[in-house]
Amino acid sequence: MTATVPPPPVLQPGGRVLGTALDPPAPSRRGRVRSRTVAAVLLVLTVAAYLLFRTDGAADSSDAASFRFFDSVRDWVDANRDTSPFFLYGFNYVRLGVRLLVDTVHGALTGLGFAGLVAAVTAIGAVLAGWRTGLLALGGFLAFGVLGLWEESVDTLVLTLSAVLLSVLIGVPLGILAARVRWVGATLRPVLDVMQIMPTFAYLAPMTLLFLIGEPAAVIATMIYAVPATIRITALGISEVPPTAVEAATALGSTRWQLLGKVRLPMARTTIALAVNQTIMLALSMVVITALIDAPGLGQNIVNALQRVNVGAAFDAGVAIVILAVVLDRITTGAARRTRLHRPARQRRTRWIVAGAALAGVVLIALVPVRETDLPAYSFAAPVNDLVGWIELHWYDVTEGLKNGISAGVLDPLETVLVTTPWWLFVAAVAAFGTLISGWRAALIAALAAAGPAALGLWQHSMQTLATVLVAIVITMAIGVAIGVFCARHDRLATGIRPLLDAAQTMPSFVYLLPAVALFGASRFTAIVAAVIFAVPPVVRLVERGLRDVPPTVVEAALSAGSTPRQLLWKVQLPMARGGLLLAANQGIVMVLAMVVVGGLVGAGALGYDVVAGFSQRELFGQGLAAGLAIVLLGILLDRLTQGFHHSKRPRG
Amino acid sequence: MTPMIEIAALWKVFGPRADRVVGTPLADLPRAELRARTGCLAAVRDVSFDVRPGEVFVVMGLSGSGKSTLVRCLTRLIEPTSGDISIGGESVRAMNPKRLRELRRRQVAMVFQHFGLLPHRSVLDNVAYGLEIQGRSRAERHRRAAETLALVGLQEHEHQYPDQLSGGMQQRVGLARALATDPEVLLFDEPFSALDPLIRRDMQDEVRRLHAEVGKTLVFITHDLAEALTLGDRIAVLRDGELVQVGTPEDLVGAPADSYVADFVRDVPRSDVLTLRWIMRDPAPGELCEDEPLSHRTVIRDAVHRVLRAERPIAVVDGTERLGVIDADQLLPALISHHRQVPV
Repeated sequence: MTATVPPPPVLQPGGRVLGTALDPPAPSRRGRVRSRTVAAVLLVLTVAAYLLFRTDGAADSSDAASFRFFDSVRDWVDANRDTSPFFLYGFNYVRLGVRLLVDTVHGALTGLGFAGLVAAVTAIGAVLAGWRTGLLALGGFLAFGVLGLWEESVDTLVLTLSAVLLSVLIGVPLGILAARVRWVGATLRPVLDVMQIMPTFAYLAPMTLLFLIGEPAAVIATMIYAVPATIRITALGISEVPPTAVEAATALGSTRWQLLGKVRLPMARTTIALAVNQTIMLALSMVVITALIDAPGLGQNIVNALQRVNVGAAFDAGVAIVILAVVLDRITTGAARRTRLHRPARQRRTRWIVAGAALAGVVLIALVPVRETDLPAYSFAAPVNDLVGWIELHWYDVTEGLKNGISAGVLDPLETVLVTTPWWLFVAAVAAFGTLISGWRAALIAALAAAGPAALGLWQHSMQTLATVLVAIVITMAIGVAIGVFCARHDRLATGIRPLLDAAQTMPSFVYLLPAVALFGASRFTAIVAAVIFAVPPVVRLVERGLRDVPPTVVEAALSAGSTPRQLLWKVQLPMARGGLLLAANQGIVMVLAMVVVGGLVGAGALGYDVVAGFSQRELFGQGLAAGLAIVLLGILLDRLTQGFHHSKRPRG
Repeated sequence: MTPMIEIAALWKVFGPRADRVVGTPLADLPRAELRARTGCLAAVRDVSFDVRPGEVFVVMGLSGSGKSTLVRCLTRLIEPTSGDISIGGESVRAMNPKRLRELRRRQVAMVFQHFGLLPHRSVLDNVAYGLEIQGRSRAERHRRAAETLALVGLQEHEHQYPDQLSGGMQQRVGLARALATDPEVLLFDEPFSALDPLIRRDMQDEVRRLHAEVGKTLVFITHDLAEALTLGDRIAVLRDGELVQVGTPEDLVGAPADSYVADFVRDVPRSDVLTLRWIMRDPAPGELCEDEPLSHRTVIRDAVHRVLRAERPIAVVDGTERLGVIDADQLLPALISHHRQVPV
């Protein structure tokens, strides 16, 4: 019997149709065979061209034209910072304004004093997200004192809050505009796309150029890093408001502002609260990194300790960051969850009473003369260093073997191939394979981005970074898909692992360096490990969702045809979850790149190191800025190449 | 009597350069061909009708016939492409945005298929929304909203939220919201098609009762013929955006304008809708009748009892004027003449 019913379309969560479950066999097979042939021919051609034209892979000059150019830009800026109207009436005022904001927030938080601030955070947690969260906040903030990191934690909190304040002030109105005004949305979308794939490091150098090092530059870089999420999620919330409610309110004669204030904003409240939550988490992870441009806070402790490969010293700060992240996340997700659309009047009244009481309590407690130094002190430094020593002693063969095996067996050869590839061949290969995967538009952008590193004079470093990224992404995907498949097939495992994944995604990227350094010391492999740990959680999540989104009717049909679980997985679920898998690969690559670059701090070298060195050594500034640009180009290259996986893939055939 | 709503030559064309269609030969193309040629969809084509004050005017059609678009054109929730609309003698298309808002706030209110309630507001505040945006004081709008809620029988539920109510109750809130601003005209866009049949009948009764109580002009959109026949003083049948027929339920059933309408009303029991006027015959010369005549407005079904018991034919009169006579020979075919509803 032949099926005559058209197959159901495979929908992605976003509602994009990825293809139909069962393509008409004839054209699809022919098309696939043809594109496979083309791919094979291209591969052979690329290899042949590589063998013919490979270079000796000269090291990057430290005096490339681009470096000199950026240096001269820097010199011009330094010379004109107090005379050029751009700075006199523009950037300098921005810097002063942000400084004022930071000082105000700092004044407010430190003005409360230790006891007052702890009480305030506890009260906020309890009122917004329930007493459990209040207790968590209490414990967390007391722990800052116990760890002896009170000042640093407050500094980090101050910078985060300042950046979040700016992001919300700028991002929410922009998000509303993007959702309501077509051309604003259309203009912002590609800009946000690029901003979101930029690794954190890339923002730092230009900020120091414009705003000098220190808090203002840190806050602005953080704001730029976090604001795309604010804009995106706000716009999503506004555009998700049901049109029926808007139409009904219009039919009753609402003006545009009444529609916004009385219908759209209240109905998007929960989503906007979520936007603030995401903004806070992104800001926190960036604020830690801005330690590299001399921002105060916990990041300083980590950077200093990492540069001395002293895991124990970094561990306390890492714990403090994780605590801060968890507390902020719990409070804001709790608040978002509680921002239900309505609540009974009585409950609302009690909430005001509780809030009032809490405020009075905070004021009272702020008067109590307790200081953070009155708390018992504890540091993880010694036990952690002991543990690291023990690992080095007992696991040395395993860790070293793994590290050297992968470095020598995979990383080095790949790096050699990439470095010795002539740049034009690389660009041509990117263009050819890009067209095959993502269409000519994306391929064109990718090819231009691929040519960039050569033009910047950072070919060798870019290819080294790329090799590290490629190895890391392969490992990430292997682990991520395996765990994702497991989670999709075992509900109990999935529920068990979900809080872990949640927690992993709220943690600032810096924190992931610590276990990697503890196990593998400072090396390129360390960066790979950190990147894998960093990128696996979202990959797991996307893979699991992709598998679970396979329509249950199809699974049922396959089961009733007598498929074994293995056949079900390989012949039905994985092929149908292709969209989710490829999206996971795309996301994974972007995250891996970000982490590999940060790995420059712990011996991964290449572009990440160039950027860091650019901050600390004046004569390397130009190279650092060029490296930042090369990182952005690599990001665009990888994103465009893989984006076609899920964007432009039309139904086969 | 001047009509409450006048619609003349109304067009709504969706698509690129829609304004280039009306008034050109393109306008005469059938819908599908127009779409193939220009990419435009003519949702409403050259529709004209009047609605009298206090009337229940039903617009009926299958889905995609343009009825929802038509009703949204009345207050320019959808901007018409061409044609004239006037409400209360004033041209709607000539109104500036401010005047249009006034019209929506005070003169015309609408009830929606999917209710369109605001989930973050209590029932009371939903009903008061229209008054709130007019800038009325809190006390006044709450008093007025409470009165309206009592009118639809929801006085107990003022402080609940829409998601705590059943579908039927939600639509009562929608109805109360429309009534709260005391508009002259109420527009209903398939208000009950999302409700299940029993509740739908309740709501239809509710609308009839309210219409009797408050005496508004009602424009009612539906795809349900039974609903159209029970509610409508007059019914407009729409097909592919064009008006096929406008008339009383009797006109539609007794004299369908074309085979489309005939097909539509085929399963309607004629004896429930048609009056004696449709089946009486001329009296034979010198024919003797029963003493008591029947009014020509009597529905066939209600006359069955008397006609079958009568010895002689019964006269059908309009006041004192005798229009014709009726006996069992005319009545019986009318009782059994509609098509079977169950296939043999």
